[in-house]
Amino acid sequence: MNITEILFWFLSVLALIGALMMVTNKNPVYSVLWLIVVFFAISGHYILLNAQFLAIVNIIVYAGAIMVLFLFVIMLMNMNADNEPQKNKWLQLAGAVAGGSLLLVIVAALRKSETLAGQHTDAGGTTGLIHNLGQVLFKDFVLPFEISSILFLSAMVGAVVIGKKGD
Amino acid sequence: MPINYYVILAMSLFSIGVVGVLTRRNAIIIFMCIELMLNAVNLLLVAFSKMHYANLAGGSATANVGTEAQLFVFFIMVVAAAEVSVGLAIIVMMYRNIHSVDVNFLNRLKH
Amino acid sequence: MSKLVYLVPLFPLIGFLINGLGRKSLSKSLTGIIGSGVVLASFIVSLLIFNEVRAESTPVIVNLFDFIDVAGLKIPFAFQVDRLSSLFLLVITGVGFLIHLYSTSYMHDEEAPHFARYFSYLNLFVFSMLLLVLGANYLIMFIGWEGVGLCSYLLIGYWFKNTEYGNAARKAFVMNRIGDLGFLLGLFFIIQQFGSLTYLEIFPQAQSAGTAVLTIITLLLFVGATGKSAQIPLYTWLPDAMAGPTPVSALIHAATMVTAGIYMIARSNILYTLAPVSQSVVAIIGLATAILAATIALKQNDIKKVLAYSTVSQLGYMFLGLGVGAYTGAVFHVMTHAFFKALLFLGAGSVIHAMHHEQDIRKMGGLAKKLPITHWTFFIGCVAIAGIPPFSGFFSKDEILVAAYAHNPVLYWIGLGGALMTAFYMFRLYAMTFRGSFRGTHDQEHHLHESPWQMTLPLIVLAVLAAVSGFVGIPELFAPDAHKLNHFLSPVFAASTQLQEAHEITHSTEYMLLGVSIALILAAIAYAWSRFSKNPETGDATGFGKVLVNKWYVDELYDNIISKPLQGLGAVLNKYVEKSGIDGIVNGVGKSVQWGGRQLRLLQSGQVGSYVLWMVLGILLLIVLTLFI
Repeated sequence: MNITEILFWFLSVLALIGALMMVTNKNPVYSVLWLIVVFFAISGHYILLNAQFLAIVNIIVYAGAIMVLFLFVIMLMNMNADNEPQKNKWLQLAGAVAGGSLLLVIVAALRKSETLAGQHTDAGGTTGLIHNLGQVLFKDFVLPFEISSILFLSAMVGAVVIGKKGD
Repeated sequence: MPINYYVILAMSLFSIGVVGVLTRRNAIIIFMCIELMLNAVNLLLVAFSKMHYANLAGGSATANVGTEAQLFVFFIMVVAAAEVSVGLAIIVMMYRNIHSVDVNFLNRLKH
Repeated sequence: MSKLVYLVPLFPLIGFLINGLGRKSLSKSLTGIIGSGVVLASFIVSLLIFNEVRAESTPVIVNLFDFIDVAGLKIPFAFQVDRLSSLFLLVITGVGFLIHLYSTSYMHDEEAPHFARYFSYLNLFVFSMLLLVLGANYLIMFIGWEGVGLCSYLLIGYWFKNTEYGNAARKAFVMNRIGDLGFLLGLFFIIQQFGSLTYLEIFPQAQSAGTAVLTIITLLLFVGATGKSAQIPLYTWLPDAMAGPTPVSALIHAATMVTAGIYMIARSNILYTLAPVSQSVVAIIGLATAILAATIALKQNDIKKVLAYSTVSQLGYMFLGLGVGAYTGAVFHVMTHAFFKALLFLGAGSVIHAMHHEQDIRKMGGLAKKLPITHWTFFIGCVAIAGIPPFSGFFSKDEILVAAYAHNPVLYWIGLGGALMTAFYMFRLYAMTFRGSFRGTHDQEHHLHESPWQMTLPLIVLAVLAAVSGFVGIPELFAPDAHKLNHFLSPVFAASTQLQEAHEITHSTEYMLLGVSIALILAAIAYAWSRFSKNPETGDATGFGKVLVNKWYVDELYDNIISKPLQGLGAVLNKYVEKSGIDGIVNGVGKSVQWGGRQLRLLQSGQVGSYVLWMVLGILLLIVLTLFI
């Protein structure tokens, strides 16, 4: 078991635990914190997968900006504990069963798929560096990049319009 | 690591997200679960890109190979950020109107 | 000229269209002129055709177009002009024209649209009847057959506002339909056996077909004939058909339509000759009908009912003639009967017209002085139907009876009994109507008048015909080779004549038979005259007479053994099968859909959570379907 495998298992377990805690926790603030843990674990996976830039972006954008936004909204609404009783236990159970069977079905379908393990090499360690990505992003994907700026603009306008008091 | 592990990991995270969406009633938690599902997919995309690169490396590997998928993930993050800003605005709006973020109160689709 | 035969049915069809479509706008006189004129035109064409056919003995086929051509079965829309059909053409258009003329006056009280409706129906009837006799195959005959049935229904129910008349019309239609079913089945058997419906293709093959098959075919055709020609067991509609206007009774229910069955059997004579069993059935049914109807006619008090039962009885004689192989005699009787029965009906119409729609002979009497023309023509009609020489009925009826004697003397004696009854009830009718003193109201007596010329002219013409038409068929007995009709029709019945064994009876026997029948008939007339002219029976009948007044309770019998059980069955089926079975299924489908909808509606809870759950389940299903199946 080399260091990569150890890291993989550690990060995987961490991500799953974080996700489960996020879903089951009654307190939304704790949920947010657990989700941040999940994001960090995923960022770790990105590094393992030679996507260093994405790992950083993930931490900055998700764990940083977005989750802060969530926390901010939660605190704005003053929700400490989600203590409203669940009205429909059956619906909850059905949801859990449905999600579980989704996992089961997909895993069962992919279980026997041919694996390409063993061809994994470390040769592409530089792929995910900002230098390489930047080259491609500003050459081949410059138009989507610019369009995404418009998307941001419209999202910002939308958020302001929706969030404005009154009509 | 074999790709199967990543697939199973991503699917597990995704399913946990689905279960969260189905069982929780707090709109913010549901929204967070959606983010979780999005991230699970992102993780899977990056893992596949790595595999893709490893396959090609035997043949004609260039420096750019494998970057497309990572840029794809990058754009997904962009869209997700925009989505979150709008989505949270909607939740705030909802809270302002019905003083709750419980989706069970959003039952007016029937009418 | 024979090639132009399509003109004969075309004229009445045009008249029907003009009168039918223009009934709202045409004046009464114009309607009458068109309605009668087209039939007159047909009559003239028929005369020309007849003149031509007299010289030519082979049938002329006029092929208009292919009607049905499918899977080897080819049925052209073709007319066959031969001696039989041309004779019928003359009778139909000739008598038809006289009755149209009569109708212009008789129906004059009707409003213009109804007047035109009446004439359009009459024209349609003539058209259908002409199709029936002209058709070169059984299908064209069937079209006409159905057409005359329809017109009969329409005309019986002409005064449809009266429920009873409407019921009579329906009764006639339904009874005809029963017969038509038999006819239709007969046609199917013919197609199956011969692969054709054309007369000239079937008849030559007939001898090679099996007797059993021919018997089935002929019996089925005869079922059709019993319906159309009012024989036992389907005769009860004809007396009720008197609900229609009197000229209609004269044209349809005495002179033409009811003889369709006779025509059909005469046309198919070779088939019947080859099926002796069917022939016997025809003869027995005919004779039974003749006797039964004659007994009923003895006690009827409605002037038209007497004539109606008399018609049924005379039709029975015709079937007797067909049954014993005297095809010429039957056709002869059709012709003479058309004349004298139309005459009698029109005379009765004239009486009814004068009496302001009073039809009960108990309230008449002594009309001879007030209605001289009607009286004399009616008298000639009575003498003719009674069978007194030298009037026409004597020759035709005697020909049938002599042929029956040659076949089996028993048939003759029973038939003679019927003839005696005929003479008796006809002179009872005559005596009670025209002799004695008037028994109606004073008001009626005051208004008694002779009918206008449009009504008396047909009466006179028909009276002349009824008197002299018998001379076309003088028996061999009196003058060799004097039976013109026999010569004229011999090509049509040639095949049958060859097959039939000759039943020669000696001249002395024949003289004896004639003498006996004339003597007995004269005695019956004298008895009727003496009994009813001075002191007519006006009270209600008792004992056996009551049974006869009520027509042997046949209507009630049919009602009880057929209508009531069927209605009961219908009620049971309605109650159990329809209401709970079929309705149950139908309503059950509706209810289950409603219930399912109510249950499915619950899915639309309006809660986002449940929608998402269903969406996930759907995705799951799709994944399972794509990945595993």
